[in-house]
Amino acid sequence: MKRFVYINDDESPTQEIYCDNRISNRKYTLLNFLPKNLWEQFSRFMNQYFLLIACLQLWSLITPVNPASTWGPLIFIFAVSASKEAWDDYNRYLSDKKANDKEVWVVRQGIKKHLQAQDIHVGNIVWLRENDEVPCDLVLIGTSDPQGLCYLETAALDGETDLKTRAIPSACMGIDSDLLHKIKGVIECPNPDKDIRRFDANLRLFPPFIDNDVCPLTIKNTILQSCYLRNTEWVCGVAVYTGNETKLGMSRGIPEPKLTAMDAMIDKLTGAIFVFQIVVVIVLGIAGNVWKDTEARKHWYVLYPNEGPWYELLVIPLRFELLCSIMIPISIKVSLDLMKGLYAKFIDWDAEMIDHETGCPSHATNTAISEDLGQVEYILTDKTGTLTENKMVFRRCCINGIFYGNESGNALKDARLLNAVASGSPDVIQFLTVMAICNTVIPVQSKTGAILYKAQSQDEDALVQAAAKLHMVFVSKSGNILEIRYNASVLHYEVLEILEFTSERKRMSVVVRDCQNRKIILLSKGADEAILPYTAAGQQTRTFSEAVEQYAQMGLRTLCLAWRELKEDEYHEWSLMFREASSTLVDREWRIAEVCQRLEHDLEALGITAIEDRLQDGVPETIETLRKAGINFWMLTGDKQNTAIQIALSCNFISPEPKGQLLLIDGKTEDEVSRSLERVLLTMSITTSEPKDVAFVVDGWALEILLKHYRKAFTDLAILSRTAICCRVTPSQKAQLVELLKSCDYRTLAVGDGGNDVRMIQQADIGVGISGREGLQAARAADYSIGKFRFLKRLILVHGRYSYNRTAFLSQYSFYKSLLICFIQIFFSFISGVSGTSLFNSVSLMAYNVFYTSIPVLVSVLDKDLSEETVMQHPQILFYCQAGRLLNPSTFAGWFGRSLFHAIVVFIISINAYAYEKSEMEEVAMVALSGCIWLQAFVVTLETNSFTILQHLAIWGNLIAFYVINWIVSAIPSSGMYTIMFRLCGQPSYWITVFLIVAAGMGPILALKYFRYTYRPSKINTLQQAERLGGPILSLGNIEPQPRSLEKEVSPLSITQPKNRSSVYEPLLSDSPNARRSFGSGTPFDFFQSQSRLSSSSYSRNCKDN
Amino acid sequence: MDVDGGSTSSDSTRVRSIPIHSGQCKAFLSQFKQQSLPACKPVLTPAWVIATLLLLGFVFIPIGLVTLHASRGVLEIVDRYDADCVPEEFKGNKASYIKDTSVPKNCTRILKVHKYMKAPIYIYYQLDNYYQNHRRYVKSRSDQQLLHGLKYNDTSSCKPEESNNGLPVVPCGLIAWSLFNDTYTFIRGTAELRVNRKNIAWKSDRDHKFGKHVYPFNFQNGTLIGGGKLDPNIPLGDQEDLIVWMRTSALPSFRKIYGRIEEDLEADDVIVVHLMNNYNTYSFGGKKKLVISTSSWLGGRNDFLGVAYIFVGSSAIILSLVFLLLHVKNPRPYGDTAYLSWNRKGISS
Repeated sequence: MKRFVYINDDESPTQEIYCDNRISNRKYTLLNFLPKNLWEQFSRFMNQYFLLIACLQLWSLITPVNPASTWGPLIFIFAVSASKEAWDDYNRYLSDKKANDKEVWVVRQGIKKHLQAQDIHVGNIVWLRENDEVPCDLVLIGTSDPQGLCYLETAALDGETDLKTRAIPSACMGIDSDLLHKIKGVIECPNPDKDIRRFDANLRLFPPFIDNDVCPLTIKNTILQSCYLRNTEWVCGVAVYTGNETKLGMSRGIPEPKLTAMDAMIDKLTGAIFVFQIVVVIVLGIAGNVWKDTEARKHWYVLYPNEGPWYELLVIPLRFELLCSIMIPISIKVSLDLMKGLYAKFIDWDAEMIDHETGCPSHATNTAISEDLGQVEYILTDKTGTLTENKMVFRRCCINGIFYGNESGNALKDARLLNAVASGSPDVIQFLTVMAICNTVIPVQSKTGAILYKAQSQDEDALVQAAAKLHMVFVSKSGNILEIRYNASVLHYEVLEILEFTSERKRMSVVVRDCQNRKIILLSKGADEAILPYTAAGQQTRTFSEAVEQYAQMGLRTLCLAWRELKEDEYHEWSLMFREASSTLVDREWRIAEVCQRLEHDLEALGITAIEDRLQDGVPETIETLRKAGINFWMLTGDKQNTAIQIALSCNFISPEPKGQLLLIDGKTEDEVSRSLERVLLTMSITTSEPKDVAFVVDGWALEILLKHYRKAFTDLAILSRTAICCRVTPSQKAQLVELLKSCDYRTLAVGDGGNDVRMIQQADIGVGISGREGLQAARAADYSIGKFRFLKRLILVHGRYSYNRTAFLSQYSFYKSLLICFIQIFFSFISGVSGTSLFNSVSLMAYNVFYTSIPVLVSVLDKDLSEETVMQHPQILFYCQAGRLLNPSTFAGWFGRSLFHAIVVFIISINAYAYEKSEMEEVAMVALSGCIWLQAFVVTLETNSFTILQHLAIWGNLIAFYVINWIVSAIPSSGMYTIMFRLCGQPSYWITVFLIVAAGMGPILALKYFRYTYRPSKINTLQQAERLGGPILSLGNIEPQPRSLEKEVSPLSITQPKNRSSVYEPLLSDSPNARRSFGSGTPFDFFQSQSRLSSSSYSRNCKDN
Repeated sequence: MDVDGGSTSSDSTRVRSIPIHSGQCKAFLSQFKQQSLPACKPVLTPAWVIATLLLLGFVFIPIGLVTLHASRGVLEIVDRYDADCVPEEFKGNKASYIKDTSVPKNCTRILKVHKYMKAPIYIYYQLDNYYQNHRRYVKSRSDQQLLHGLKYNDTSSCKPEESNNGLPVVPCGLIAWSLFNDTYTFIRGTAELRVNRKNIAWKSDRDHKFGKHVYPFNFQNGTLIGGGKLDPNIPLGDQEDLIVWMRTSALPSFRKIYGRIEEDLEADDVIVVHLMNNYNTYSFGGKKKLVISTSSWLGGRNDFLGVAYIFVGSSAIILSLVFLLLHVKNPRPYGDTAYLSWNRKGISS
């Protein structure tokens, strides 16, 4: 489907077909808010259940209590979430309104008018001035710049902070600015989509701006909504996409809400309780009907009619349904939402997770999934910018077979290179020229005269900087003319074409004309395998391959530089093809790649650059700690295999020989890959019994085959392997891997920093974005954004773990307290003729669930079972969360039993102590309720691990509040419990009864807990005791700080022992047809085998099943 | 309860002390945000648990003894009369006896006072197997009507006894309709014992729950007569038997006050009770008892609390002794991190 945009044509039908520029992010309107919001809320099962219960309560024949006791909380809860939605929507409305009301200059009937942004129609010509925000997607037709360029800040769109250049299409070049508003034509463009990197369209101008050619348009010719115009006086453009159909508007979407494992478990338990409730209702309903027919008819004072209505049999079961409806606490949803909100806030507030370099705090975008952090089993991490700083520094190079920078580790200080530059060695000069020119960097002259480079890629930036330091300074770029200063001379180059970088091509080239000698040259740079095969026949590329290998062993990023001189007519011939390819609408990218390929051959390789990307602080420690915590790491990178392995070694990702073993899956054909996979699987299954750290390495090509043809075998491998390195993978493969692990029922966390990680981050159970140098794209898509990789440790071990523990307690406690009161009601029904009488009055029932028992437990959001330091020292303790040891059917059974026991205690004691002449119903009810409140205060106390002042306030304050509230209610003459509470508080027997309930209810629980705590302690208990003893908690598993710098470990390996690195270690793979390398065989390493056993996947799996 | 006062965590020492002056609130807030509020982390140490249980025992047993003593000090005479008051010829069919209005319902019981009973002595009637807490029954009343009388029209809650012959019933509902109507007169020796039947209902009920100007209307006029009748000339606020009856009981076996004897009863006094056995408990096998009882600071005679206290107290002591023995015989290494499995494995391998 295409859309035809008629430029500046007020009568054209396009104005009607396409929407105007009114932006609307609102979910609701004033009219549909109530029905739509209610519909959304009632699409959840829990809410439907509550609504059903509330509706049943309107039937006075069956309701045990005032319907208000359910309607009140229900309406309250609905009102809270509705007002939250309304508030959010109102804010969206305000920001929309601001954008819609903004005034812009638009051409109407040939006259420039100042209109509101929302009145822009497709085809209108819009004028913008410097620093204006772009109101809709425009195709440029004119700028103030004589070269037809303008500069754009796209931070709001993709998070990249550098300026981007945009150019007017060639057809509009040279049109006088006075004539621009009279321009007519048609733009043929695709229907709106959300790809902000692609715009494949054509432009044709109508007379008098006659232009025979259809002029191709790319994303370079557009300026997109929400960008800002910078460093350009004015631009004008044609609106092509407006309103919600802009690229930004299309890409805006509400992501699927993520459900935590814990929520799923809570839902499951709720379901179980629901079933239990139904069973109770059926049993009691039958018993009630039987009792009614056999006994109740004899009790004349009940006056049962002989003939009841048709629904008579249903009445008693329905009464019990209503009595038991509180088994599923209505407050749990509100409490959980509140707690989750606080967890997220704690992450935002955490001072220890602020990146001090940028002052950027951590942020939880998704407030609902903090518990999942504590249950992570697999972490899939990107390499560049996530493990490393993404701060590229040019370190070494190899020019024409000569290695520079090997001694000092810094080529810029290598005297030989400096000499070569000074002496004007042609190889070196060519090399530097490619470094300086072959890029898309924009130099910006700052006020002080220094040159700043605005680069989209950190590698290019590093290369240009390095060239500048080697006296090849890229001074300015005006239009197509590049100015280079080499020593004292100034050189000019005219850029003819840019063959852009794509991840498929893995290289980029520029075609420039050397203005000094008018020669046309092609300059290329790219990955070695994308350049070296295309070198001219006869050129020795072995040294280059070796250099690449050597640098990669050191974990450096390598780029291969090459050039070729073009003949004038060769270029012109090709240029036509290129232009044609550029204006295709279908498969443009592929066509261009094909055309580019025709030029990029017979290259002359110049040399290899090696760029260092330093590891971030604390990465090895973080990975080591998290691996001890039983979390498996997979590294997914687009980088080269060797680089990836070296980085993996240096950050504790894999352990070197002999403790660790790397298994390589490779092969170019299906057959090879499958054989290789089988072998690896065999090795894996044998070595899992040994305390050995086995990891497999797979590259993108093999992965493609594996995922396509051997998915099952690969899944088996994924389950066996704790560590994996996947190199040269594409963004979609990253996402596929996440999906694979998720399909095996693992909790996955994906961490990345760049746009290529976005899909993986969105796919994973938890997405963590590093707000780094590659922009904020990943951080925006993520559930959590952190400044540095090392904060992951704190995020998981502290925030994730505490969140899990707290929610586990809160949810089970919520069920406990609801079951407690429900069991009492059930017991009471046995002494009230199974007729479904409620012992408690409406006020008490409502306040019990919503108020008395909700406040104290909310402060468990501050509870800490172990101090942060202890957890960091014993990360293994995370296992309890991972395996779901604190919230599962068996712990829940414990709480269920406790509520049953407490209900028995409260009921038996209340009815016996308040028997005979004291058996007045309101009094007995209040005695039982007081017993429940006291018990729950002590249960919270017993289950709380650390008391802050807030906990004391909430627990004991709540107890006081219970009495105050009941005294107030007791003072109202019209209330059912008038004077009851005063009467009770004056009776010694009341207090004696309450204390008896507390002692009888809590004594056994205290004893049991003490017994378990002392004689069957869990690891958590042991650590708690150790903490209590004070002093340093030393354990063998402590992580000593290990300064493992990249240089120290790697340099001897790769340079002093060049022979060793190809030594073969293949105890099981001796029949391997492919030479299998063991990596890092020369370096002796120690490894903590203690952990490899405990947390080997089989172990954790077994425990999980327990 | 298990707050161990001495044990403040390492957190509190790490956190800078809270300044007392104006910054206090701010410091508190920042500590809250960093989750580093000074906290006390109690741990269940053997000493502490054993001491708590011992203390519990030593507090509970004396209280139990005192309570039991108070309960035992209450003297009561319980006389079940429902079966014995049925004439011989109706023994086989008690229900027909009670429904037969022609049969005289008076009955005489002789009670012997075993010990000296000090005034005030309370007279209760006790009903067993009587479900005042039945769902149909307990809801069948209108508090508004009891207070406002005929001015309050909505008596739908009183079903099925809300109106009769198209006229509303005051007081409406099953509870009032089934009012207990046995009466007792007590004779000691030759003189009648004065029974004070005033002030037996709660004052709050008389003043605020039952109208002073609400008179019974159209009450027990239906074809089906339930329990007692009310004097239509006495306002509900003064009908104390009704007020007492309307305080429904939570248990199927309950006592309700009938009156007070305000003179002491000597040991070996013989009391003759003339009673009108009007109330029908025969059809459902309910029992009727007459209870004459003194009172203590705990109320009537009820050994449950005392026994339960002694039981709980002694269990606590036994438990603490068991724990003490366990602790001495089998001391556990306390908080020894070497027992953590990951460390154990580290040692072995």
